Amino acid sequence: MRNAFALIAAGLVLSALSFSPAVRAATAGLPGAWQDWQPGNDISNTASLQRGAGNFMGYCAGCHSLKYVRYSRMGTDLKIPEDQLEEMLSPGSKKGDYMLTKLTAADGEAWFGKAPPDLSLIARSKGSDYVYRFLKTYYLDEKTTNGTNNLALPGTAMPHVLSSLQGAPILKTVKKDGLDTFDSFEIVEPGQLTAEQYDEFVRDTVNFLEYAGEPVKAYRQSLGIWVMLFLSLFTALAWLLKREYWRDVK
Amino acid sequence: MAAAHDNDAAQKGGFRAWLNKRLPVDEFVESQLTGYFAPKNFNLWYFFGALAMLVFVIMILSGIFLAMHYKPSETAAFDSVEYIMREVEWGWLIRYMHSTGASFFFIVVYLHMFRAMLYGSYREPRELLWILGVLLYLALMAEAFMGYVLPWGNMSYWGAQVIVNLFGTIPVIGPGLVEWIRGDYGIADSTLNRFFALHVVAMPFAIAFLILMHLVALRQTGSNNPDGIEIKAKLGANGKPVDGIPFHPYYTIKDLFGVGVFLLFFCGVIFFVPTFGGLFLEKPNFEAANALSTPDHIAPVWYFTAFFAMLRAVPDQQLGALIMLLAIVVLFFLPWLDRSPVKSIRYKGWMSKTALVLFVISFIVLSYLGLKPASDLYVILARIFTAIYFLYFILMPWYTSVEKTKAAPERVNYHA
Repeated sequence: MRNAFALIAAGLVLSALSFSPAVRAATAGLPGAWQDWQPGNDISNTASLQRGAGNFMGYCAGCHSLKYVRYSRMGTDLKIPEDQLEEMLSPGSKKGDYMLTKLTAADGEAWFGKAPPDLSLIARSKGSDYVYRFLKTYYLDEKTTNGTNNLALPGTAMPHVLSSLQGAPILKTVKKDGLDTFDSFEIVEPGQLTAEQYDEFVRDTVNFLEYAGEPVKAYRQSLGIWVMLFLSLFTALAWLLKREYWRDVK
Repeated sequence: MAAAHDNDAAQKGGFRAWLNKRLPVDEFVESQLTGYFAPKNFNLWYFFGALAMLVFVIMILSGIFLAMHYKPSETAAFDSVEYIMREVEWGWLIRYMHSTGASFFFIVVYLHMFRAMLYGSYREPRELLWILGVLLYLALMAEAFMGYVLPWGNMSYWGAQVIVNLFGTIPVIGPGLVEWIRGDYGIADSTLNRFFALHVVAMPFAIAFLILMHLVALRQTGSNNPDGIEIKAKLGANGKPVDGIPFHPYYTIKDLFGVGVFLLFFCGVIFFVPTFGGLFLEKPNFEAANALSTPDHIAPVWYFTAFFAMLRAVPDQQLGALIMLLAIVVLFFLPWLDRSPVKSIRYKGWMSKTALVLFVISFIVLSYLGLKPASDLYVILARIFTAIYFLYFILMPWYTSVEKTKAAPERVNYHA
């Protein structure tokens, strides 16, 4: 029974570690194999989420929906002022509407060969890491129909829509054990953003998609701390009560 | 004592007397709680029965609220779950309680079953208690499987496909049976609808009934304890077991503390890691069911993977399904396989102790292997550990009867 308190402590530490942005941010960065890249985003960073929402509306919403997210909910959660939210609405949409693209599935299929998927849950079904790697591993490839390819999703139907920002990257490989292995990307034609700015841009966008995957996540974690504190107190009192009652058991 | 109590209440008159004349409330509390004597030497392992009850209540309550918003149809199920997660007030909390509760149900039930194996709680006179427990475990598996299909994610869909097809391996009636279960030629709208009916009505009733029987049987025989001796053998002057204490208030208060610790873990998962790294809520289930897109690797949820690993360990699917079935059926025979003169592991010999350790290791390793893709090495390992799993039972009559045991004590070990 004396171990019980150790158990509680272990539980608290475990749960605290698992959601700490600091732990995750420590592994962010570019060097190393692209498969290990992590965005190091933080869903409690509202400014980053606001920028991410702007990025999404500017560069993604033309083709991709967030069919489970309402503009109004996003505005409230991300503390976007009313007038700015109005400007973000896609043409013809009202604030209470779901964030749907104007691109029809049929047009999408005709133009890209595949209708662009809804992105509401992409960060949950594939993971934020995947979305980050996807947006950071485009490269020029003459063998594909749209001239670009992607390491995270080879042969993707989506062209590199962010190339105006990132520039045109080419893939550098090295021979390792006789195989062409990823080495680095080289920007052969610069875009509007520096490498750091583009990384920031992608991180904000990934952060926003993680928010869209589970809008309540930041609130859930902040509420959870109070729940754990309450339960710790409850458990401690229950322990004292048990000890008092069991005093006469010999 | 009960009679004295009744007289007391009757003399006092008032509402309590009026009530007790019509409904035996005091008598029930007396016989089931305050006058029910449990061994005083329960340890950590004895929390999990009460905790399983708690999880059952959590599942029923959260399930009621989920059913108010969930729509059991092929076209609306997935959307309705996201609707619950995003637009229903506190819907996310209710849904996470239910999804986390499913995994925690199995965690506490597995620990509860292990406790019974540890201290021989299945031995005479508690054979029926054990059998009712195994039936509960089976009912829980069916309930969990059908509930898993309801969110209509892609892994739900393909998992259902694989598991329902197992019934097709039954000779002669198999193919017809599978069609009858699904209500269609594939997992479809009709399957989802009937699983919903079974999940929210039939199985909860069955489970509640079995819990009641399990408790009635427990009250009849009384609890076993870590020393595996019968406390009823030593009665005090008051006719009550000297090593027993009233269930209420002693164990109700102690369980309250257990509930606190449990909720710390339970809420830790709900609020901080509800998907538990893809183990409690799997990534492919955040994509809607899609008959045209098979997930890279189909595996059931963690609590079924030990049996899934056994299925894959056998080259022949029919035989594999049979092995899987036997792995559970063999549990029913446990009370008669154990021939040891003592019940508790504390007094059994080294062979029993080694066997139990190997059994636990094999269950954990099989659970792990079932989560992984079936590579050559994993299949070989799965065969080895499936063999160990069964040898625990098959060899039990031998090793429990030949080994040297220690004498069980007259009185339970308890140090305040």
